Amino acid sequence: MSENMQRPLSPHLQVYKPQLTSVTSILHRATGYGLSVGLAFFTWWLVAAASGPEAYQTFTSFCGSLLGIGLLFGWSLAFYYHLANGIRHLIWDSGFLFKIKNAYAAGYFVLFFTVVMTALTWVCIMSSY
Amino acid sequence: MSHKWEAGGMKNPLARARGLGSAHHGVGNWIRLRVTAVANVILSVWFIWFVKSSIGLDHAEFTGMLANPLNAIAMILLVISVFYHATLGCREIVEDYFHVEWMKISKLVGIYLFFLAAGIACIFSVLKIAL
Repeated sequence: MSENMQRPLSPHLQVYKPQLTSVTSILHRATGYGLSVGLAFFTWWLVAAASGPEAYQTFTSFCGSLLGIGLLFGWSLAFYYHLANGIRHLIWDSGFLFKIKNAYAAGYFVLFFTVVMTALTWVCIMSSY
Repeated sequence: MSHKWEAGGMKNPLARARGLGSAHHGVGNWIRLRVTAVANVILSVWFIWFVKSSIGLDHAEFTGMLANPLNAIAMILLVISVFYHATLGCREIVEDYFHVEWMKISKLVGIYLFFLAAGIACIFSVLKIAL
């Protein structure tokens, strides 16, 4: 029993101090899940376009509504995050960026990229109206 | 950990071993998730441009743009790659967090049916617009 007590415990959420690496990891799953739900919206877009002008009009006016803009903003944030962090994961899979310093630097870059690209996207959308 | 259905005589020993142990299939979905990820990165660049170009277009203008063969092809490739990637990703999440067998299986079946149906609906829509 005493031998067992010496073993390191697996991280328990209630006593686990969040770090950039663990937060970016769980955010990758969360955004991936959110984007998967967004595929239902994406399907509506294409099916509406195939159905005709009226269905497409219904879709675009929903996109312009408060709820639509809120959802699209969330999905744009999740999209850029999952894209950038996915590349970070692919780099890890190729055997690079494993030094703690580099893993953190890439993590901060992912957050920076997400914020800048989301902001740019919405400035672009606003200015086209 | 063994399950009830493993003990039964429905499968021969080889089939049981293939389902349980190393049959060189274990890494397959890991690789598929990465291959579709690489495809998604490339197609995302086109997708950002496509969505940006489609803002403010009416139905005729939008379908006209999607009917361009290069756009239609890119959209179909994106649908296949993204929906496959999403299926594998959601499967990974369910397998990690749901440990009650019937709950896990029913969620997996739901995921497969949803992405298959939605993906086919998307591809049909693109073909209807483009052809």
